[in-house]
Amino acid sequence: MTMEAKTHSIDISALQRQNQSLRLEDETIALTVRDLELYYGEKRALHGINMDIPQNRVTAFIGPSGCGKSTLLRCFNRMNDLVDSCRIEGQMSLYGHNIYERGVDVADLRRRVGMVFQKPNPFPKSIYENVAYGLRIQGINKKRVIDETVEWALKSAALWDEVKDRLHESALGMSGGQQQRLVIARTIAVKPEVLLLDEPASALDPISTLKIEELINELKKDFTIVIVTHNMQQAARVSDYTAFMYMGDLIEFGVTDHLFTNPAKKQTEDYITGRYG
Amino acid sequence: MNISVKDWFKSGSPWVWMNAGAVAISIIMVVGLLGLIAVRGLSHFWPADILQGTYTQNGETRTITGEVVETSDVLTLQLIEAGIDLPEDNEFSTRHLLKIGNRDVYGSDFTWVLEDFLSDQSRPEMLFTAERREWGNLYGYLRSIKESGNEVARYEGYEPSSEYLALWDNLQARIQRALDIHEDILQIEKHEIGAINYELERLRLKERSLQLKNITETAPFAKIEQRRKELDDEYEDLQQRLLDLYAEINRDSMTAEVANGKIVEVQLAKVVRAFRPNAMGIGQKSLHYAAKLWEFVSEDPREANTEGGIFPAIFGTVMMVLLMSLLVTPFGVIAAVYLREYAKQGFITRLIRIAVNNLAGVPSIVYGVFGLGFFVYFLGGNIDDLFFPEAKPAPTFGTPGLMWASLTLALLTVPVVIVATEEGLSRIPRSVREGSLALGATKFETLMKVVLPMASPAMMTGVILAIARAAGEVAPLMLVGVVKLAPSLPLDGNYPFIHLDQKFMHLGFHIYDVGFQSPNVEAARPLVYATALLLVAVIALLNMSAIAIRNHLREKYKALEM
Repeated sequence: MTMEAKTHSIDISALQRQNQSLRLEDETIALTVRDLELYYGEKRALHGINMDIPQNRVTAFIGPSGCGKSTLLRCFNRMNDLVDSCRIEGQMSLYGHNIYERGVDVADLRRRVGMVFQKPNPFPKSIYENVAYGLRIQGINKKRVIDETVEWALKSAALWDEVKDRLHESALGMSGGQQQRLVIARTIAVKPEVLLLDEPASALDPISTLKIEELINELKKDFTIVIVTHNMQQAARVSDYTAFMYMGDLIEFGVTDHLFTNPAKKQTEDYITGRYG
Repeated sequence: MNISVKDWFKSGSPWVWMNAGAVAISIIMVVGLLGLIAVRGLSHFWPADILQGTYTQNGETRTITGEVVETSDVLTLQLIEAGIDLPEDNEFSTRHLLKIGNRDVYGSDFTWVLEDFLSDQSRPEMLFTAERREWGNLYGYLRSIKESGNEVARYEGYEPSSEYLALWDNLQARIQRALDIHEDILQIEKHEIGAINYELERLRLKERSLQLKNITETAPFAKIEQRRKELDDEYEDLQQRLLDLYAEINRDSMTAEVANGKIVEVQLAKVVRAFRPNAMGIGQKSLHYAAKLWEFVSEDPREANTEGGIFPAIFGTVMMVLLMSLLVTPFGVIAAVYLREYAKQGFITRLIRIAVNNLAGVPSIVYGVFGLGFFVYFLGGNIDDLFFPEAKPAPTFGTPGLMWASLTLALLTVPVVIVATEEGLSRIPRSVREGSLALGATKFETLMKVVLPMASPAMMTGVILAIARAAGEVAPLMLVGVVKLAPSLPLDGNYPFIHLDQKFMHLGFHIYDVGFQSPNVEAARPLVYATALLLVAVIALLNMSAIAIRNHLREKYKALEM
């Protein structure tokens, strides 16, 4: 355990140093949110959210349970469409194109905006078929192409060395951490532009969590990453920008370092110092 | 050690005892039921000893031979009241049900005898049983063998000797010869002539359909006529061969002396087998038993279904159930997928669900009536009008048959499959569906590639329940396709090989028919048990294969621990 704690602390300082020179004004913006209101039936769950999410950076959403951070995340790939009573007002765009416009191909949007869920959810198929799933859905059937992509995705998810000898065994025989990395591999195999991570490490043990965090740091070179977490240390360790949400409102959004060391709002300070939440 | 009732109650052990008791009673009932039909059914095939004795009743004395089928005690007083002269010493008298056979001589082949009147009981080794194709068993002493009406061997006397054994071996050889010829005759009658008849009928239909289409060219008719000629010639040849074979098979006969001293002559062509149970050891009897059992499951029935085998009924049952499964699975699964995945959940879907559940409770005979009215007369009638006008007025599909029976049972069992599949679909974790959707799969792709495979064990559960219900169903089948005796199997070598329009035999109906419609109730009774046992075995086998498939699927799509 002490070993781990040590590794963690080294990581934090390294990341914090990286963060220091960031400014939102200099970034290319991947996702923009304008006056987003979301209702579950009569209940308003998100109140006029405005936000710009920069490309090739890790943006973390933090806040107490039920504050709407997961709900907001699920708006980016229209996962909320599956909830019958859900209604959305306002605008949300991916590189300038409104994703809630009529005629948007939702399946294609979801391919471009991939998502990893809180609990690992591999399909009851082999490891290989799990990663190949998204490709086959797109109609790619050439074995050579699929082989290459599967290998690339598993390597990118830092899983290749562990599973290369049992690609055709069931994915359900893997450990929780491996399953979660498999799900990440499956998601990046379809080459999305944005990666949404919904508390990806909350169901995992510390070592697996560490691996996922290292992976996130690697992946941001290729993908824009949005991560929801209720672990503030994790947000501090992995993210470049952080948004603090409370009761459906976006309270504060800024460079992670600033937000944690010098919060502008009282509510943010109370939360990160552990006064509530 | 004083444990109060309250404490005992609180400890939970009375519930454990109650549960254990309920389970034990259920098991005893199932085992008892199976045991009863197994013992009653299977003992029928054991070659019982033939009893010979002197029977004296009301001053009359006669020799009696037969197998003891059943023994019971009756009140002596009751018998005295019935006019039988008995001493009143014992409260009960023992009586036996004897299968005396020789129906052609005595008129009936079973009789009750009182132990008290039976004397000089013995089991002579020379007594033999001959199973015949007509008139049931013959019990008696072999006397002579005739060839073309001329006696070739003879033996008098009641004690075994080498001379007698030579005669017996001679008989066995001749019976075997007759059986071989019989086999040839069957081959010609059933298969070769059957195929010719089938083709002639098809030619007739072809000709008729040409006439109906008002075709005036002569070439097609000439072709049909020519083919018919060829077939007629072939038929003539076969007919001649059959005549020769019949002359051959009818060459031998035997005479036997039966219990009342009468000599009976029997054509060997009519004998299935002859054996001397009293001279057989346990090994020989076991072999005989196995042969009889095999005959039961592999041969056609004889003598109004009271003898021989029930193979066509097994075949019909299995085929009908398989066809039903093929029809009900896609239908039920599609309905369940629509109800659970696509239909907007609300008042109407709830109403439909209630209706589906109630459908499972409709008495099966109602389905039979519906099947007859809708499938047979309406659908079948229209199919005949559209596709088989040349066969009219004889119906093709407009009459009860295998397809309509399977469809009716599919309708009967579809609620089970719908309910089980819906249950399975509702158990697929949301996270797995979301995982697929998040990768850019549409709802349909998610259903086909992830949800349905994962729900397949539940579908199999539905199919298993459907099979269990359908295989035991008799009432609706009597209206839509089952018959007492089907001349041919619904699957054979004549194009198009599967004859969905044919009527078929079914084990369940066979039980009813043999048990309650048979002219010879005593002879049929053990067959009822044996057939019942076989029906249970067939259903168990069908279910077990379905369960094996389900377990395989379950292992493959083991649900995620979520």
